[in-house]
Order: sequence, then structure tokens, then C-alpha cells
Amino acid sequence: MAFDNRRRTPEELAEVAAEIRRDIIKMLVEAGSGHSGGPLGTTDIYAVLYLGGILRHRPEEPNWAGRDRYVLSAGHMAPVLYATLANAGYFSKEELLTLRKYNTRLQGHPGRDTGLPGIETSSGSLGQGISIAVGMAMSDKLLDKSDRRVFSLTGDGELQEGSVWEAVMAASHYKLDNFCWIIDNNDCQIDGRIDEVMSVYPIDAKCESFGFDTITVDGHNFDELYGAFDRFIENHRNGTGKPTAIIAKTYMGKGVSFMHDKFEWHGKPPSAAEAELALKELMASN
Amino acid sequence: MQEYKLLGQKPTRHGFGHALVTLGERYDNVVVLGGDITGSVMTSFFKEKFPDRFFSIGIAEQNATTIAAGLALSGKIPFFASYGAFCAFRNADQLRISVCYNEANVKIGGGHAGISVGPDGATHQVLEEVSFLRALPHMTLVVPCDYEEARKATIAIGEKVGPAYIRFGRSPVPQFTIEDTPFELGKALVMREGNDVALIACGALVWEAMLAAQELAKRGISARVINSPSIKPFDVQTVVQAAQECGAVVTAEEHQVYGALGGAVAEVLAKNYPVPVEFVGVKDTFGGSGEPEELMVKFGLTWREIYASALVAMERRDKGFLGSVRRATDVAVYEEETIEQQ
Ligand SMILES: Cc1ncc(C[n+]2csc(CCOP(=O)(O)OP(=O)(O)O)c2C)c(N)n1
Repeated sequence: MAFDNRRRTPEELAEVAAEIRRDIIKMLVEAGSGHSGGPLGTTDIYAVLYLGGILRHRPEEPNWAGRDRYVLSAGHMAPVLYATLANAGYFSKEELLTLRKYNTRLQGHPGRDTGLPGIETSSGSLGQGISIAVGMAMSDKLLDKSDRRVFSLTGDGELQEGSVWEAVMAASHYKLDNFCWIIDNNDCQIDGRIDEVMSVYPIDAKCESFGFDTITVDGHNFDELYGAFDRFIENHRNGTGKPTAIIAKTYMGKGVSFMHDKFEWHGKPPSAAEAELALKELMASN
Repeated sequence: MQEYKLLGQKPTRHGFGHALVTLGERYDNVVVLGGDITGSVMTSFFKEKFPDRFFSIGIAEQNATTIAAGLALSGKIPFFASYGAFCAFRNADQLRISVCYNEANVKIGGGHAGISVGPDGATHQVLEEVSFLRALPHMTLVVPCDYEEARKATIAIGEKVGPAYIRFGRSPVPQFTIEDTPFELGKALVMREGNDVALIACGALVWEAMLAAQELAKRGISARVINSPSIKPFDVQTVVQAAQECGAVVTAEEHQVYGALGGAVAEVLAKNYPVPVEFVGVKDTFGGSGEPEELMVKFGLTWREIYASALVAMERRDKGFLGSVRRATDVAVYEEETIEQQ
């Protein structure tokens, strides 16, 4: 049974998120490669967006012309997007187990060429998805005069790509109040902590100076996430002319104790034994 | 001539990583830039040994490339390595102008190249960069076939002044050259003698060409196997001589068939000594997720295609024309025959 997309209580969302996290673990252990940390860390955001009534979308009609669009700029986090789409009913949960396999629609990084429903664009080269999202928001607001909204999630390491800042400069320049930028601030990337690799801090002051209404939230607190998304929707409705940035403070590997806040889990899957442990923890957590 | 045997399996990226340490020991102006992927492209060895000469630049390939140009213009020998997908294309403009036009002494290590990066899928399976890099004036470009050759090639580009790029893969690949095997920029190496057909390969497909030659020998066909790691400068003489002596040529590479090794061979032969050439490589399509071995089969990058293409090239030669014979069907027939023989 797919979850429907409606406002939910924190308890309900916790249940949705736990199910998505379990799917992520099952997919990754079956695939034998792939990214665990980012997907588990951003799951709560996806629960609110796709199954908590924020994103206007129709799983049974993926190309519905009135839909809001979501662009995963950090393409390596594909497992959470796939697991969320399956839980929303875009395709069967069985298909999740084909992740990263030969001829799959669930490519290691999202591939538009596969025709997987719910995938708005290919991504995987960091710093490109967000520009695509800005292009979509320009099309919606400046050309089509539609009230569609565009959401895009980048990692915090991804902010080191200069093109990200080119994208958000344009979002601000064109007053794209229909554009919501979500930053997954888990302070982890492949080689270590953000500060050790190349500091991007302070992120909030940068977003503000780039003209964004900037909101920092605990990315695992559903009330705070709702608060931030609601403010974006208000901004859009009121035509503030300002894009919105949501800095979500998250933990890499959230929900699985031995992955918690460890950058080493950026790009590897759990072993069979680790997956069993993780699933046990995720059963207990809801 | 030396006989080449299978000695084991090792990723070429380890050869790159180990050679950087050697270069670091020999020259104190060798520096390395990291792009948040140091453990995968083995710049981590250098980082551990020479922490003061390692600089993390973050996920910023354009910046890393131009910073490298600045370091080079200040007398340093900077190496920057990342996935080839991102350190040949994301920074293409920087490579063209700040590095090559400046003749800056910048070295790029492009890792995880080709279809064999596997499950990551099309975005990461870079199959086009050799064509682009080859077209850049002043660029030196090497595609080594195994660990040992990658090690030597890295040292060679480090010691040559000017822009250079080395391409290497992620998966372990057959190791068959040894420390004594000659390596020189601008030189190809005959790995196996033969006069019926020449198989010219680079990278992981050199070993596949050796396997194809073994299979062809069973049919009484003697194939010359040429390993051409140096795409630029290119060994024109060895290639022309092979065309003159064999009259039929096959090229093989883990790359698009347009403009890379196959393109170089075709250009050289069109000008000097036209003979039929068949091209083994990825045929104008993007890759996809899967295990490296199944992808190499799916995209036609094994000894079978080299073998079948050799038969087609020889048939074209024997029929006395440069045009194409019924290629698609012929390859299918040859493939069937081969499979039956097994
Ligand atoms: C242009 C580009 N350069 C490098 C990479 C390789 N890469 C994939 S994910 C990643 C780290 C991303 O860090 P972050 O955005 O913080 O994501 P997280 O580690 O939190 O999942 C890197 C360097 C890439 N995919 N694209």
C-alpha cells in the first residue's frame, strides 16, 4: 500500500520515514554498492515533502502539468528519492531491489533516459541540478505564469561547486519566489568534515547575502520542517520576490546508530550483517 | 620478444597513486590537489607522505584546475585528480585556456574512466574525454593498460614539462607488463608479432586484444597486437608499419569510437597508408548501471568483438576494397562461430 500525500502528525511522519529508511537499507544491501549516509540523513525531509502534503504531485499521473517539481541536485543520494517515490506509489516497491543493477531504471545516479516515473532530470554531476531547477522555476514564473513551485536539494559539500552560487544568484536576480533551495547540512563529505575539506561556512549568511529568505531548521524535526516549507509557500503566495533557502541541519546516516554522523558512510552500502542490525534498529524506532 | 603473461589483477589507479609518491620523493616541487575523492583516485598515498604538499580544494574541479595553472606558473608541478567525468569536462574551458594555451605544467589524473566503473551508471562512466583532450594543443595524453604501465606513465608525464592527462580506471584489470617492459611517451609497443591483422589497443582493451590474438591463432591467423598508451604524442611509425605489413587494422578502446585511439589511427592511415580499419569501442551511446564485466559484454568491449572485427577487416582487405562489407551480419556470424567453438 502506498502512502497518500497529506498533512501528517509527527508520529505519522516518523512511521513514514522509518519505512523509507528500511527500504533504503534493503536496496543498498541488495545492490552491494551505493550511498547510505546522505539518503538516510535526508529521509525526514522527503517524508514531509512527498508524503506530508507539501509537494503537489500525483504519483498515478507523474507528468501532471500542474505538479510542483523536485530536483535532486546531489544525484548520489538517489536511493532516498527512489524509496520515497515507491512509497508514494510511483512504481512498485519490488523494483527498488533492482537499484544499480544491469538494465535497471534505478540507476546509480538518476537517469532520465530510463523513463522512471517521478524523475524530473538526470543528475550526478554535483552543482548542476540546482541550475536546472532554477531554469524550471524561470519557465514557470516568468514565461508560463503558472503557480507551480520548484524544490531542489543540494548537499553541503556540493556548495563548493561554484556553479551552485551562479544558480542561486540567478534565482535571486529573477525574483524566483517559487524556488525553494534545500541544503542538506550534515557537515560531511567524502574526504571528511566540510571544514577540513573546504569550508563553506557560514552558509546562512551566504544565502542571505545572495538574496534568499533563509531558514535554518533541525532537519529531523517535523514541526520545524513544516514551519520552513510553510514559510516558503507563504513567500510564494504573497509574491515576495525572494527565493527561499532552507538549511536543514541533519546527521549523516540518521536512524542507524553505527552510521550516525560518520562521513565514512557517505558512499558505501551496509554488509548483510550490518543491514540486519540496521533494520532491527529501524523496526524498533517506530 | 618478451612474452606477456597474466600476472594478476590490480587497478591502474594504484599505479598512479604509487608513482605520485615516487615523484614526490624525487622532486620537492611536485604538489597534489584533492577534489574530495582522494581515497578513490589514490592521491591519498601522497597526502599521507607529504601532507605539506597536498592541498584540498573541495568539490570544485574548475577551481582546482586553474589553481593548478597558477601553481605551475609559479614553478610547481601540480597534479590534480578526480573522476575523469569531472576533471576532463567540468573544467574543459580551464584546461583549454588556463592550462594548454598557457602551456602550464599541470598534470591531471582522470580516474574511474570508462564503462567499467559499473553500478554508478552513465553520469560517472566517462567515455568521451580522450577525444576532447586529444584535440587540445600542447596536451600529452596517456591511457595505460595496467598497473605497471600506469606507474611508469605517471612518472613520465611528471618528468615531461607541459600539460598532461592520464586516464585510469577503478576496477582491477589484468596485469601483464613488468618493470622491464619499455615505456616511452610517443611510443607504441608491439606485444605480440603477427602479419595477418593488426590489433591496436589502449587501456583495459590491450589484454582483450591479446586474448583475441590467441583465439585468432587457433584459426591460423597471426595477429599483431600493438599497445598504444600514448594517444598524444602518437606513434605514427608503428601504426603505419603495421598497416603496411598486415593490411588490415582493428582498434580497441574503452571509449566512444569517435575521435580517440580509433580516430588517431584512422587519421594517420588515411594520410599515410589507407587500409580497412574496424573500430571496437562504445557506439555513440551512454552507459548504464551494472557490474563491470556484464557492461563490458553489453557494450561490446571484449576480445569477442576484437576477434570478429579482425575477421571483418581481413575480409575487407581480401575483397580488395576499403568500403564496408555486410558488417553487422558478419559480426553476428563470427560471434556465433566463436561461441560454438568454446
Ligand atoms: C562535479 C562532481 N564532482 C565530484 C563528484 C564526486 N562526488 C560525489 S558525492 C561527493 C561528495 C558530496 O558531498 P555532499 O554534497 O556533502 O553530500 P553527502 O556527503 O552529504 O552525501 C563527491 C565529491 C561528483 N559527483 N560530481
